[in-house]
Amino acid sequence: MIFFWAFVVGGTICVIGQILFDVFKLNPGVTLTIFVIIGAILDGLGLYDPLIDFAGAGATVPITNFGNQLVHGAMQEAEQHGIIGVVTGIFEVTSAGISAAIIFGVIGAIIFKPKG
Amino acid sequence: MLTGHRTWIFNNHPVIISTGTVGGPFEAKGNIPEAFDILHDDMWLKQSSFEKAQRILMEEASQLAIKNSLIQKEQVNFFISGDLINQITPSSFAAKTFDVPYLGLFSACATSMESLALAAFILNGDGADYILSGTASHNAATEKQFRYPTEYGGQKPPTAQWTVTGAGCALVAKNGEGPRVTSATIGKVVDMGISDPFNMGAAMAPAAVDTIETHLRERNVDPTYYDLIITGDLGHIGREVSMDMLQKKNITINSDMYKDCGLTIYREGQPVLAGASGTASSAVAVYGHFLKLLKEGRLTRILVVATGSLHSPLSVQQNDSIPCIAHAVSIESGSDKP
Repeated sequence: MIFFWAFVVGGTICVIGQILFDVFKLNPGVTLTIFVIIGAILDGLGLYDPLIDFAGAGATVPITNFGNQLVHGAMQEAEQHGIIGVVTGIFEVTSAGISAAIIFGVIGAIIFKPKG
Repeated sequence: MLTGHRTWIFNNHPVIISTGTVGGPFEAKGNIPEAFDILHDDMWLKQSSFEKAQRILMEEASQLAIKNSLIQKEQVNFFISGDLINQITPSSFAAKTFDVPYLGLFSACATSMESLALAAFILNGDGADYILSGTASHNAATEKQFRYPTEYGGQKPPTAQWTVTGAGCALVAKNGEGPRVTSATIGKVVDMGISDPFNMGAAMAPAAVDTIETHLRERNVDPTYYDLIITGDLGHIGREVSMDMLQKKNITINSDMYKDCGLTIYREGQPVLAGASGTASSAVAVYGHFLKLLKEGRLTRILVVATGSLHSPLSVQQNDSIPCIAHAVSIESGSDKP
C-alpha cells in the first residue's frame, strides 16, 4: 500500500509544481522556493513526519522534504542548545545533501562539458 | 530619402554584393542546410566558452562575405554589427579581429535589419563605399543568459523558441552586382504589456504589425507589391497573432506570401517549440536563403521585417514587460535595374 500512496502523494506534489509553472507562470526558482517553504511550514506544524510515514519516498524525494529537514534540524538543536541551536541546527540534517550536491557538482563539472 | 515619417527610400540603390552565413550542428539538420556557407558539427567551435564560439561565428561569416566578393578587407569602410550577449561583446571582439571601423548596435533580434538599414543609408548618402553588416547568435550562450543554462534542464513551455546558432553577414556596396536595398522603415518600441520571456513571439507581433503597416502606408504600396513579406522570428504564435492584427487593420496578406525566418530554418520534428529565434534567425535565413531565391529570379521584391524583444534578464527579474521593436528593409533583385 505504501507504494500506492508514495505514487499518489509524490505525483500530487509534482502536479502542483506543474500547475505553478503553467497556470501561474512561476519560474523554476520561485516554484522551488515555494515548495521548500511549504515543507518547512508543514514540519513546523508537525505534519510532515506523519506524511512520510504515510507516503514514504512520495514525501521524502520531492524538494518539500528539504524544507522539512531544515526545520527538523533547527528544532532538534534548539532543544539541546536553545536559541543558538536554531542557527546551528538548520543545516544539521541537510548538510549531507548540500555537501553531496556541491561535491558531485564539482566532479561533474570537471569531467564533463555541457553539450549545448 | 525620407518618405513619410520614418521610411527611407534609397534612390542610389545600395547593393548587397556578397553574403556569408555560418551555422551550427542543429541548423545542419534543419530545413535549409544549403543556405549556410559553413556548417559546424560542434557547438563549441573548439573554443573554451560558448560566447567565444559566437565570436568565431561572427568572424567567419564576415570573412566569408569578403571572400565571396571581389574586394579586399582593407576596402571595407565600416563594420556594423550587434548581438544578444552582454554588452554585445562577441560583436565587439569580432570587430577587434577585423580591425575595421565599427558601429555596435543593439536591437536584439531586429539587429540584422537595423544594421542593414543603417548600412544602406550611409552608402546611399555617399558615406562609405563598402559596409559589412551582420550579426551572430549562439543557442547555448543565449539560453544561459536569458533563460537557464541548458544543463540545468529547466522546463520550457511550448510558446518558447529556439535560438539559432549561426551568423549572417552581408557586404553592402555603393555600386555593384546583386540584390538592391531599396527602402527601410525604422520601427518604434511597442510594448503591449506581455512579460513572459517564454512567449516572445506574441510580444513581438504588435511591433511587426506596426512596422509593416507604417511601411506600406509611407511607401504607399499594397502588400502584393512584395513577393514575400518575411518576419524575423515571430514563430508559430507570433505569426498567428500578427496575421490577426493585420486583418483587423484591413491589411490582407496572403498567408503564402507571409513567411517567418523562425519557421524557415528548422524542419518539422526538430524540438524547437514555437520556432527559431535569435539575431541570426533573420540574418541566416535572409542572407543565406531568401537572397538566393532573389538571385535565381524566383523572387523579385521582398520586405524583411526583423523583430526584436528588447528586454534584459534584469528587467524580466524586476517584472518589467517586454518592449519590442521591428525594423523593415526592402530588398529587390538587381535584374530589373534601369
